[in-house]
Amino acid sequence: MASKVVKKGVKLIGAWDSPFGKRVEWALKLKGIDYDYVEEDLPKKSPLLLQLNPVYKKVPVLVHHQKPIAESLIILQYIDDTWKHNPNFLPLDPHGRATARFWAQFSDDKVLRTTMTAMCSEGEKKEEAVKSVRTAMEYIEGELNKEGKKFFGGEDSIGYLDIAIGWISHWLPVWEEVGSMTILDPIKFPAITAWTANFTSHPVIKHSLPPHDKMLVSFHRLRKVLAPMFT
Amino acid sequence: MAESSEVKVLGTWPSPFVMRARIALNIKQVNYAFLEEDLGAKSELLLKSNPVHKKVPVLINGDKPICESLIIVQYIDDVWSSAPSILPSDPYDQAIARFWAAYLDEKWFPALKGILFAEGEDAKKALVDQVVEALMLVEEAFGKCSKGKPFFGGDQIGYVDIAFGCFLGLIRVIEKFNDIKLLYQAKTPELVKWAERFCQHPAVNGVMPETEELAELAKILIVKMRAANPPKS
Repeated sequence: MASKVVKKGVKLIGAWDSPFGKRVEWALKLKGIDYDYVEEDLPKKSPLLLQLNPVYKKVPVLVHHQKPIAESLIILQYIDDTWKHNPNFLPLDPHGRATARFWAQFSDDKVLRTTMTAMCSEGEKKEEAVKSVRTAMEYIEGELNKEGKKFFGGEDSIGYLDIAIGWISHWLPVWEEVGSMTILDPIKFPAITAWTANFTSHPVIKHSLPPHDKMLVSFHRLRKVLAPMFT
Repeated sequence: MAESSEVKVLGTWPSPFVMRARIALNIKQVNYAFLEEDLGAKSELLLKSNPVHKKVPVLINGDKPICESLIIVQYIDDVWSSAPSILPSDPYDQAIARFWAAYLDEKWFPALKGILFAEGEDAKKALVDQVVEALMLVEEAFGKCSKGKPFFGGDQIGYVDIAFGCFLGLIRVIEKFNDIKLLYQAKTPELVKWAERFCQHPAVNGVMPETEELAELAKILIVKMRAANPPKS
């Protein structure tokens, strides 16, 4: 078996359409960190992935100095703590940090996961999930309004929470289409809509977004696989 | 040093999640007021401080509320930074500590809770096996994190000790109710020894509920849960 030569000290194992892997890519690129990228051919899991993430067997995994770190939000914090130069993703003040962590966790639990559920289910279940996501998004909309800046990280700075909800800017439209549903109504969510435009036009983010039509194909396929679990 | 009126914890005495906040404050030797909530009639303060989830624990520092137990523990570590550290100082060790705490909450705890409310022996057995297998992973993690020292955090109680140790009361209650073993010598010998050390730690022994009290409460909760969710015929 050929071994992967580590050209740089940092390696990211990901999948091109994974919103979680993309978070880590964004973080590395925003900090200007050089890294090797290894594409996993999901749903097949390589021996490398199983060795590096035996507990969850999922992407992304970051490998630094040959030590693996799993779970995207944990990886984000690791990157912020290890490469302390700007941009700093988490605020420096403890309350700001707690707030960013709170909303990132909230959005993963109540927005992202529930959107997936909505995408993969039908009928009443789907309707309930869509309703639930919209309610959760109202909180995010409120927080953006409170901040009154371009990003949660500041006027020019993408921060931890921006990266965490980054999937909304590019994956949500795909999932809405695949799931035949509307969630992000620009009239009801003007702040998130504006944030999406700002996020996707950021020079680092812009060039990293996977092609919309390829994503439609892959998420249609995923939906077919997952749908039985949601009946 | 914070005055006791400045730092408050809204919580309930049996909750493992509330215990996390209290242990963290005890490690930092921060005085705080513990406000016992009646979850059947939540206080205005709780509803105002945690409007999103309306849950305990909530830490209130001055006028700022912080919610979600692990976020609270990290906040406490950030604010009272001169006292003994809860998270490791090395970023990689921090990531590993966060990983295991998240694993406990997302994968292990739902299975543990499930045993308490499981209907049918097969369902129960499947969950018991899941819990024990997961504990064996945690035993392995203990070996790596502790590096031969008494706690996950090393010489002192740390993040994973707090994240996991808060469940020891509940584990004992579930074992007792179901006449099963979850945390035991044959499968997880190091964790058994660790559990004893954890419970005796001064930051812990004042806030760990007595198994008997917890058992009484669990009985009431199970009856309530079953009444609210009758088994499907």
